[in-house]
Amino acid sequence: MDSTITIQAVYTSLEQVMDPEIPVLNVLELGMITEVIMEDEYLLIKMIPTFAACPAVEIIKKNIKTTLEKDLQIPVQVSVDKEVQWNSNRLTETAKEKLRNFRIAPPQHHNGEVEMDLLIHTTCPHCGSENTYLRSPFGSTLCRAIHFCKNCGMMFEQFKPLS
Amino acid sequence: MLVDQLLKELITKMGDDELIIGHRNSEWTGLGPVMEEDIAFSSMAQDKIGHAWALYRILHEELGGENPDQFAFMRSEKDFKCCHLTEMPIGSYDFSLMRHFLFDHAEAVRYNSLLQSSFTPLQLLARKVRGELKYHTLHADAWIIQLCKAGEESYLKMQEALNNCFQLACGIFEPGPNDAMLAAENIYPGEEVLYEQWIEHISPVLTKAALDLPERKQPVFGGRSGKHTKHLQPLLNEMGEVFRLNPEAIW
Repeated sequence: MDSTITIQAVYTSLEQVMDPEIPVLNVLELGMITEVIMEDEYLLIKMIPTFAACPAVEIIKKNIKTTLEKDLQIPVQVSVDKEVQWNSNRLTETAKEKLRNFRIAPPQHHNGEVEMDLLIHTTCPHCGSENTYLRSPFGSTLCRAIHFCKNCGMMFEQFKPLS
Repeated sequence: MLVDQLLKELITKMGDDELIIGHRNSEWTGLGPVMEEDIAFSSMAQDKIGHAWALYRILHEELGGENPDQFAFMRSEKDFKCCHLTEMPIGSYDFSLMRHFLFDHAEAVRYNSLLQSSFTPLQLLARKVRGELKYHTLHADAWIIQLCKAGEESYLKMQEALNNCFQLACGIFEPGPNDAMLAAENIYPGEEVLYEQWIEHISPVLTKAALDLPERKQPVFGGRSGKHTKHLQPLLNEMGEVFRLNPEAIW
C-alpha cells in the first residue's frame, strides 16, 4: 500500500462522512468506527450500527467507502464489527454539543442500564429548562425519543440513551 | 452437528416470533389511537424485524442456512415456528398493548439468559438487543399502569385483555423436545426456566396496575411444531407479496 497514507489522513477523511439521519454528526463523533486497519493492498474500516435495525447502515458503509477511496486513492473495505456493540456513551462531547445546537437533546450518560428516571427530566435544547416530560420513548427515527418542554412550550426530540 | 440442528430450531422460532409480531405491530402504522402510539408501534415493528433479520443472518452465516430474505419470505406456513400469540390480528388497542407487554417481557428474559450463552453469535446479539428492548418494556409498563388507573371501564378492558392474551402468551414457552440438551450445552436455560423468570418480571407491573394474573390452565401450543391459526397464512401472503414478484430484484 502507498506508505504515504497516514492514519491521520484516514481519520480526516472519516470526519467528512456524515450520518444520513443526523447530518450534523460524522461517523467518528457518533462512535461508529471501531478499528482502522492498513492491509497490504487495501484499507479496512470496521464500524458498528447504532441500532440493530438501523436502515441507514448500508448507506453509511457505502459513504465511508466512496469518501475514503476518493480522498486517499486506495481500495477500501468496510465491515460491521460484531465484537463491539454500540451504546450512547460512545458519543463524543463535541457530538453532544452539535446535537444541542441542532436542537436535538443529547443522550444522558448512563451506567449500563437505562431506566425511566433517567429519561423524564431531559434538558430542553431550545431554552435549557429541565421542566420537561417524556412524551414517547419512540420518535421519528429509531434513535430518537419525543419530549415536551413545559417552560417554553416546545416539543423536542432527543437522541436517546442506549445501554 | 446435532447441536447445530438444535441451534437452528431455537433461532428459527425466535426469529419467526420477531418477524411475525413485527409485521403485526406495523399494522398500527396510520391507525394508532394517538400519534405517539402510532409512532411507537411502527418503531417497535422496525426493531422486531431488524432483530428477526439479525437472527436469520446468524442461521445463514454460522449454520449454513438460506439467505435471510428467502428464509423470511419464501417458506411455507408449516415451516414457520412462531407461537400463536404473535399471529393473532391486532384486534383493538387493548389487545395489542397487552400482547406487546407480555411478549416483550418474555423477550427480555430470553435475551437476558442469552448473555451467558455458550453460542457466541447469540451472546453478542443479546448484548446488542438488550438495550433496545428496554424501551419496549418501559413503553409497555407505562401504558399498562396508566390505563389501569384511568377509570373502571379502562381497567376492566385491560383485565379482559390480559385474560384473553394469557394462555396465548404461555404458548411462547412451549417446551421443545431438546430443551434439556440445549441447557446441558449452556446455550439457553430452556422454556420452563424462562417461563418462571417471565412471571417474576411481569408480576410487579401487574401488582402496580392491580391486575389479576390468570392461572396457566391451557397454554396455547402448536406454533413451535408448525401448526398455526387461520390468521398466519393471509399474513404470510401479504408480507411476501412484493418480494415474490421478483425474488432476484435488488434495491
